[in-house]
Amino acid sequence: MFPELNNLLNTTPDRAEQGKLTLLCDAKTDGSFLVHHFLSFYLKANCKVCFVALIQSFSHYNIVGQKLGVNLTMARERGQLVFLEGLKSAVDVFFQAQEKPHPLQFLREASAGNLKPLFEFVRVALKPVDSGAAGWTYPVLLVDDLSVLLSLGLGAVAVLDFIHYCRATLCWELKGNVVVLVHDSGDVEDEENDILLNGLSHQSHLILRAEGLATGFCRDVHGQLRILWRRPSQSTSQRDQSLTYQYKIQDRSVSFFAKGMSPAVL
Amino acid sequence: MTLSEGARAGTRKLEMLDSLLALGGLVLLRDSVEWEGRSLLKALVKKSALCGEQVHILGCEVSEEEFREGFDSDINNRLVYHDFFRDPLNWSKTGEALPGGPLGALRAMCKRTDLGPVTIALDSLSWLLLHLPCATLCQTLHAVSYQDSCPPGDGSPVGKVHVLGLLHEELHGPGPMGALSSLAQTEVTLGGTMGQASARILCRRPQQHPTDQTQWFSILPDFSLHLQEGPSKEFQPQSDPHIPLVSKNANPILGSGKRGENKSYRGWGWGQGFW
Repeated sequence: MFPELNNLLNTTPDRAEQGKLTLLCDAKTDGSFLVHHFLSFYLKANCKVCFVALIQSFSHYNIVGQKLGVNLTMARERGQLVFLEGLKSAVDVFFQAQEKPHPLQFLREASAGNLKPLFEFVRVALKPVDSGAAGWTYPVLLVDDLSVLLSLGLGAVAVLDFIHYCRATLCWELKGNVVVLVHDSGDVEDEENDILLNGLSHQSHLILRAEGLATGFCRDVHGQLRILWRRPSQSTSQRDQSLTYQYKIQDRSVSFFAKGMSPAVL
Repeated sequence: MTLSEGARAGTRKLEMLDSLLALGGLVLLRDSVEWEGRSLLKALVKKSALCGEQVHILGCEVSEEEFREGFDSDINNRLVYHDFFRDPLNWSKTGEALPGGPLGALRAMCKRTDLGPVTIALDSLSWLLLHLPCATLCQTLHAVSYQDSCPPGDGSPVGKVHVLGLLHEELHGPGPMGALSSLAQTEVTLGGTMGQASARILCRRPQQHPTDQTQWFSILPDFSLHLQEGPSKEFQPQSDPHIPLVSKNANPILGSGKRGENKSYRGWGWGQGFW
């Protein structure tokens, strides 16, 4: 995890808020560093983590995780991490006989499907274990990323329904957290992605939006991060808080600074 | 603040919520990511409950606990909560899901036997619109909203019906938004600037010209409403012509050249409230 990002979010692994939906969003840049941050953050918080990884392989996340101080292989072996490797599983759906619905069963269906099998997979992976031997703090679902589900033929409402059920079960019932990444298609008119992004924005308690610089590529400033804390159900007397910082991604860390205050230009 | 100023402020405080509930029928609360509307919905629910009305909540987006948070026990005891948050699509198949779903619950309210005044809060109308055909939803809303103008066969009077619908503007195209607008007696579009929230209120009174006014306000932690003067005009930022909009569709209600044009389908992050 990135300590500077923890400082901006005013959180640490041992005092993170529970029962929250965090929306990660990237526009004209790669926001995957946020996924790596939260994966290592919640593993260090001793949470039971279910990671629905649809974009990269397990080894990719593991290599990056090791730079951030977590070993995904060991986490998986001790039962702390349940990892759904979408790239591999997608092939299994087509070429292996399934005894029960596969989490990515919708890939086999000709008509518009839903993500109930994927929700069942997440629910079973994160349901509390009665024996209590492991002693994980609370459950966390991480999804990288939801936009690819639209590309695979699902509608925005089907994805929103999946997240709705994850919120109801993980956030409300089990007091855990959900973290999802959605890409912002920006200038490209993608109606379904806009519905997904805006629908999740309305439900989120925390929104982190990584944006590319309007001026283009810069060696010392890789992008800008907007942070919005929301209180979807509380009064407006305390206005939602927002912050904007620029950032530079390094080998094992990300540094954040106020706009125009990059060390390279000072 | 002098006594007279306080009295005027108190009167204005009453007037805003009263004006939203005065006409009955469908009240649309149009919010956005930057300017959320659930707190105003809860303020209206509280107002209705304090007036002694029966209040039904169709809860689809947040848990019952989260919706009731901030209300005291007096208010909570008057709310009838229909929980469609836990299992709206009956995925659990435990039999606990309410039969007929949200649409069934809404239709059941057309057949209510208790004919006193009632408020029905839809949290949210956007959730319903994403899951139901627009025509079906509009027909049901029309039947529920106007049941006080169609008394039962025995001629007994029916109390006023308020239907409060929370609508997230960015999620719907101009067609469904226009259809719902045509059904609404009152439309409230939430916005704001420099950290202050505003409500643009469009009221359609029968046989009168529609009225259009803007109120600056905040919702207190107990969900009572506090009216404010609004920012000084010289500090109000002008709209930036360089901020791109996701969709070129004009807002069918506010028309061209008005604040809020193209707001439906405006991409997240482009609002001026935060960014």
